[in-house]
Amino acid sequence: MKKQVALSQEFIKNLWDNNPVFKQALGLCPTLAVTVSAINGIAMALATTFVLVFSSLLISSIRKFIPSQVRIASFIVIIATFVTIVDLVMKAKFPELSKSLGAFIPLIVVNCLILGRQEAFASKNTPLRSVFDALGSGMGFLIVLFVLGGIREILGSGTILGVQILPDAFEPWIVMILPAGAFLTLGLMMGFSNTYLERKKRLEREALLKQFRKPVEVQEIKEEGA
Amino acid sequence: MELFIIFISAAVVNNFVLAYFLGICPFIGVSNKISSAVSMGMATTFVMVITSIVSWLLYNFILVPYDLTFLQIPSFILVIASLVQFVEMVIKKVSQPLYRALGIFLPLITTNCAIMGLALFISMREYSFLEGIVFGVGAGAGFTLALTIMAGIREELELADVPKGFRGAPITLIVAGLLALAFMGFAGMI
Repeated sequence: MKKQVALSQEFIKNLWDNNPVFKQALGLCPTLAVTVSAINGIAMALATTFVLVFSSLLISSIRKFIPSQVRIASFIVIIATFVTIVDLVMKAKFPELSKSLGAFIPLIVVNCLILGRQEAFASKNTPLRSVFDALGSGMGFLIVLFVLGGIREILGSGTILGVQILPDAFEPWIVMILPAGAFLTLGLMMGFSNTYLERKKRLEREALLKQFRKPVEVQEIKEEGA
Repeated sequence: MELFIIFISAAVVNNFVLAYFLGICPFIGVSNKISSAVSMGMATTFVMVITSIVSWLLYNFILVPYDLTFLQIPSFILVIASLVQFVEMVIKKVSQPLYRALGIFLPLITTNCAIMGLALFISMREYSFLEGIVFGVGAGAGFTLALTIMAGIREELELADVPKGFRGAPITLIVAGLLALAFMGFAGMI
């Protein structure tokens, strides 16, 4: 039954409807920690996407040879290899960026987003499909990190991508670049995103009801747990 | 005195959850009830202390002498993964209800960034053996503290009238933000 889903669908579903951060609450640690500025968010998301795509490719290609008892350990070793590559390349090519992301580049290895995708998708699907799924998740992650980083950078230092956009008279909200600001902003973003999706679902359901005129039994919306 | 400062710093001033954003996943996931929060905190603290010992030995006696520090990430994660497996087996044997309560989050201690972060910080800051252990205990205590406070608040939140879209993770993050503000008050201590 999985086979019927179009490849593009594997990509698109993770962008918004099944967004790794908003809907699945995965990968929150780097999301909160590095989004002091938009550029940090982008760098982090690209590094994560690289690791995600290549480990998905490798794991889905060898999924039939991994005994299920040791699968978690094998996944982690594969992920750790790609993270080491990213870490060393970043240190050599972008020393400043690498310094500002600090311990969070090595910590990609324990990003639940990556292991989650391997366990839930790559270990059960073909390599091509897994790569699309990984790319979608990575881009979904990028969107969230960029928006969150952008909001925090604009309000916290009055700049976006290093360019000043707010007038000097604007007093930067220091709290936005502190840990508390990260929690509050992400909480509000997630809340509004959920509210919007709920509303969309409700409107769709009402439109459907109107169409049939006969009262149809209302389906209960599944509670989205954390 | 030095050791005491490291402990306090890891536990409250630079709390792993609220200041470094490490270990957010279990923080959001397991903080529904105080009882499961405390046991999750205990399991994590236990793994943290053992990790700080083993990773220190590994780093200073194997990786540094043989110039293998580039293997730091895979080797640390392997140590942590096997430790977690071990803890899981022990808990399954000793307490079935606890095993069921922790559920999926026990294997996820492996991907708890707080533990990997701890190992990385210890090697980055070049702590001595004893300092490393104290740092591990402090970080574990801080994690348990944050998790328990959060669980207490969330038990009360059950009764509050939260807008529908904000239930679950979003309101938890907002509460965590307020907690982080409160913990900033400790900043002057050191």
